[in-house]
Amino acid sequence: MNAQHHRKLAATMLSLLLIGTATLLVRQKVSAAGEGSITGSVKLSGTPPHMRGIDMSKDPYCVKQHENSPVKLENVVVSSGGGLENVVLYISEGLSSAELSAVPSAEPVFDQKGCMYTPHVLAMDVSQKYKVITSDQTTHNIHPLPNPLTGNIPWNESQPPGAPPIVKSWKAEEVAIPVKCNIHPWMHGWFVVVKGPYATTDDSGSYTIKGVPPGTYTVTAWQEEYGKQTAKVTVAAGQAAKADFTFKAK
Amino acid sequence: MNANLIRWLRVLSVLGFFAVPTLVWAQITQYQQEEWLHTPAVTSHIGNITGNANSERVKYDYRRYCVGCHGDLGDGNGENAIWFQPPEFPKPRDFELAVFKCRSTPTGTLPTDEDLFDTIARGLDRSNMPPWNTFTKQQRADLVAWIKHYSPRWQTEKAGTPIQIPTEPEITPERVKAGQDVYARVQCWKCHGVTGEANGPSASTLTNDLNQPILPYNFGSGSRPICGSTDRDIYRIFMTGLDGTPMPSFADNIKPDEAWDLVFFLRTLQPHNEFNKREKEIAKQLNLKPLNAMKLSQ
Repeated sequence: MNAQHHRKLAATMLSLLLIGTATLLVRQKVSAAGEGSITGSVKLSGTPPHMRGIDMSKDPYCVKQHENSPVKLENVVVSSGGGLENVVLYISEGLSSAELSAVPSAEPVFDQKGCMYTPHVLAMDVSQKYKVITSDQTTHNIHPLPNPLTGNIPWNESQPPGAPPIVKSWKAEEVAIPVKCNIHPWMHGWFVVVKGPYATTDDSGSYTIKGVPPGTYTVTAWQEEYGKQTAKVTVAAGQAAKADFTFKAK
Repeated sequence: MNANLIRWLRVLSVLGFFAVPTLVWAQITQYQQEEWLHTPAVTSHIGNITGNANSERVKYDYRRYCVGCHGDLGDGNGENAIWFQPPEFPKPRDFELAVFKCRSTPTGTLPTDEDLFDTIARGLDRSNMPPWNTFTKQQRADLVAWIKHYSPRWQTEKAGTPIQIPTEPEITPERVKAGQDVYARVQCWKCHGVTGEANGPSASTLTNDLNQPILPYNFGSGSRPICGSTDRDIYRIFMTGLDGTPMPSFADNIKPDEAWDLVFFLRTLQPHNEFNKREKEIAKQLNLKPLNAMKLSQ
């Protein structure tokens, strides 16, 4: 080949390289900008069940933490507008396997405060690390009770006052894992282990699942007393799709 | 019809005559036989003994001695199980879940083969699991392999790593007193009570993983601790937890040296036995009084 050929070849390869790089960059930008969300509210229709007050006299420390505001069981927590708190929403169908296996780096925190679990329900992804801490001056034990046949193994660790955080993760999806403290039998919470993006309703019953790629999905809402409900939703690039749920009080 | 065809028909009818009852027999015994014929090649290793779930003898032993409580499927639903009423008589272990109380391994992990081997021989005090000292070591090792074949966990998970137990130090009055401080700090008394007699404020509402009532160990009762009566056995109980029960692992909250102090203090809560002579002497010497529950609760 002569010099002219060389130059032509070099020019072609360089331009191809530049075009290729540009395409990659542009594609990436489009993906990030294209992620939408699913938002909505979860309501309870009918009269909410009466949540009994908790007798904490087993542990005078616990009683003292609630001297001015007695505490009730948290199986069903409804706002004045009928919004259901502590409902977990996740995508049960429609995500690709790459999207399902993505593990967020955030470590959601489960606290023991005033001898109650805060939050009452903690959602997380398979293999996502979560942290259990104690803010109380009385000893607790953390005892999650997964079904061992799912691949999630039960464990039981003590957390006296001032103990370091316990960081763990779960191996398999499980909706949901009950968590209890044996020392304070009224303490009852949940770990909800899912795959893909998720959200939990706040005290007004509203939620937003962020980081959802465009597509059509089945969203599942789970509440500890009322079980699951599903809805089909289509997320457009950069848009917020709406999915509302209503559970019926028994 | 030609001769060939008739011959074939005869052959087929003879075969059919034997095939039909064979198939019927196979269906009836399929449930019973499947478990027993298709045992995966599960083995156990204890010292230089290898146990085998495929040995002919182990099936006989399990049927003869274990199936009555633990059941054909190893799920704890043997014929006798309905007569066990918790908390006085805990239900038989469900081997399918592979969650065991007496381990040398951390909470949430599988026990070692040796842990299971020892439990069979030792039995579990205050339960209907007797010490099975009728077996040879080989039989026991085979039974461990058989127990393991009931849960798929043994195929995908490795047993936990046994915890490190430092050498037992000399029993001194300082250590016994320090042990009482540990008992107060991590609040063992909440369930076990200040005198260790299982009468702490949370004792009456304890439930196990299956939501059945369960009692904490009563140090004053004179019965053996559930996973063995030596100091090391007691050390392991609170440093690995009794999985499946309310008893948690304190491994992250009690340092190994403090753990020995706690063992010595716990010995003072037991009535006089062959293991706690020195601790009881020290308790008398110190005039050791139970913790003040009212003060602790503030």
